[in-house]
Order: sequence, then C-alpha cells, then structure tokens
Amino acid sequence: MSDSVAPPRSVVVRPSLPELFRAFAVVSVSGFGGALPWARRMIVDQRGWMTAEEFNEAFALSQFLPGPNVVNFSVVFGSRFGGAAGAAVALAGLMGPPLIIVTALAFLYARFGDIEMLSRILGGITAAAVGLLIAVVAKMAAPLFRKRWDWPPLVAIAAFVGVAIMQWPLPLVFVVLAPISIALAWMRQ
Amino acid sequence: MSENPLVPLFGYFALLSLFAVGGANAAIPEMHRIAVDVMHWMSDRQFADSFAIAQISPGPNIIIVTLIGYHVAGLAGAAVATVAMCGPTCIFAFFVARTWDHFKEARWRIAIQAGLVPVSLGLIGASAFVLAGTADHNIYAGLITAVTAIVAFATRINPLWLFAVGGVLGLTGWL
Repeated sequence: MSDSVAPPRSVVVRPSLPELFRAFAVVSVSGFGGALPWARRMIVDQRGWMTAEEFNEAFALSQFLPGPNVVNFSVVFGSRFGGAAGAAVALAGLMGPPLIIVTALAFLYARFGDIEMLSRILGGITAAAVGLLIAVVAKMAAPLFRKRWDWPPLVAIAAFVGVAIMQWPLPLVFVVLAPISIALAWMRQ
Repeated sequence: MSENPLVPLFGYFALLSLFAVGGANAAIPEMHRIAVDVMHWMSDRQFADSFAIAQISPGPNIIIVTLIGYHVAGLAGAAVATVAMCGPTCIFAFFVARTWDHFKEARWRIAIQAGLVPVSLGLIGASAFVLAGTADHNIYAGLITAVTAIVAFATRINPLWLFAVGGVLGLTGWL
C-alpha cells in the first residue's frame, strides 16, 4: 500500500522552528488574494523544504479539511517538520502579522467607517471582490461541469440552493450533502 | 441586555469552523446569516465592508472573523472570534495530518476527497451570490462585479489591481 518505508525527506532540507515562523510570516503578508502561490514559491522553489509533489499532496489535504485552507496547510506543514511545536510556530507566523494589521484596520473602521468617502471606496472594492469570487467559482466549476452530466454538478447545485436560496444553516446543508456526495464518489470508483 | 456576546461569538464560529469546507469563502453566507440576520451584530453594509477590508488585507481571508469579532466586542471579541474560527479546525488538521499519509491509496480517502469538492464548490458559489446581494445595489456595482469576474477568469492579473480599480470607481460616487 505504502512504499514510504524510507522517507524521501532525507533529501529535503529540514527547517528549524524560527525558520518556520519566519517563512510563514513572510508568506502571510505577501499573500494578497490567496497565500497559496507564495507558500509554494517559498517552500518548494526557494527553500526546498518539500518537493512539488509533496506540496500538492499536503495542500490537497488542507483543502478538503474544514476551515481556512492556508491555515490548515500551515498546521499540516509545521507538524510534519516539528510536531505540535512546529504546527504552533507555523500557525503563529501565518496569523500573527495579518492579525496585527487587520486589528488596526478594524480600529480605524470603527472610528471612520461612517465617512461617506471611505464607504464608497469599500463599496467599489466589495463589488470587485465579489467578481473575483465569481471567477474562482467559475474556475472550480469548469472541470466539474465539463464532464458528462454526472453527480458532482448536482451536489454543487444542491449545496448552492440550500445555502444561498433557502438560506438553511451551513452545518445542516453540509451534514446532509457531504455523506451523499462521498457515497456517490465511492460508488463511482 | 448585558449578556456576554463573547459566548455566542465563540460558539457560532467554533461550530462553523468545522463545517467550512472550502475555507473562508465557503463560510461567508453562514457568517452573514449569523452576524446580520440572527444576532443583529452588524448591518448588511458593515458586513460587506468587513468583507472588503478582509480582502484587501494581507493574510488569509478568514481574517474577516477578526473584524466581525472586533465589531461585536472590541479586542476581546477579535481574539475570541479568531481563536474560535481557527482553533477547532487546526486541532483537527493536526491529528488528521499525522495519520493521513498512511491511507494515501485507501478507497475511502479518495472518495472523501472527491466527494467534498462539489460540496465546497456549491458553498463558495453561495458566498458569491449572498455577497453580490449585499454589494451590488445598483447597475454600476453590478457592472464592476461582472467585469472583474471576466477579467479575473480570463487573466492571471494580481487581484489587488482589480480592488484598486473597484475602489477608485466607488470613490467617483456612481455606486
């Protein structure tokens, strides 16, 4: 089943805890609109901490785990190299700098959020951000919908309708749809 | 009225964090439902503004929970919301990461992975829909959304440029 008796990790450089923290701190502040490309560049291209394949696998895992993907990734990556301490350090690096910045922004918004000009700017940014989100959905949907009409588009549409149109609570929609979808994936293998 | 808002803040986000497959983008409708419709923590516009600020901030977009938390209960709220949203899922990720590699070829693992993709796609689609409802009040905002969607789909442009254009157009006062 698994041929990883001798982990290929010996070829790969092992980061120290301070290095882990620094790497994820840098990724977090450069990662506008998604930290993934930056994380990849840092970990695979620059530091050689993972091969491209290992990175893809670790990220695939982070993606289907619940919660924010990059946050999961920092935990998965950190724990691989430093156990619980590594996970904590990578997470702290990823979340620390953005938290400081966004708390300052929250303070400013609480102070100046009523200013007409600011709210107009934010309105324009939100409109653009929604467009960006639609593009993400379209990119994700393309491979799913391109195949013959099958169960994945139906599940996606059901999740959409449940949350967006019916406005049911997400946990409810998830608990109903995820097992069905996984069962269908199982049967089609 | 003096009930401590930190308790529902923690409870809702901790629960949500365990179902948010697809990350922050998938969890937006539920956050909106809780913060605006159920708990009345903030107005529709304040929610949309928080989303915009989270988008233009560096770091994971999930940081919108920090903004919501701050809005509800200041620094304590920000801390509680962030820990609630990241804590449970991080602990989960930690333990899954330790065992996952052993099941690389397992049929159930592949089924879980394949089965969750369409669910998270539907959830993210719902986010776009809910946010469009709060952001696109008029034809101009709708146009910005539409053009941004097309440009972002067709090119690999840095999203910051799109936000900058949106912000400048918003400033002109058409929206």
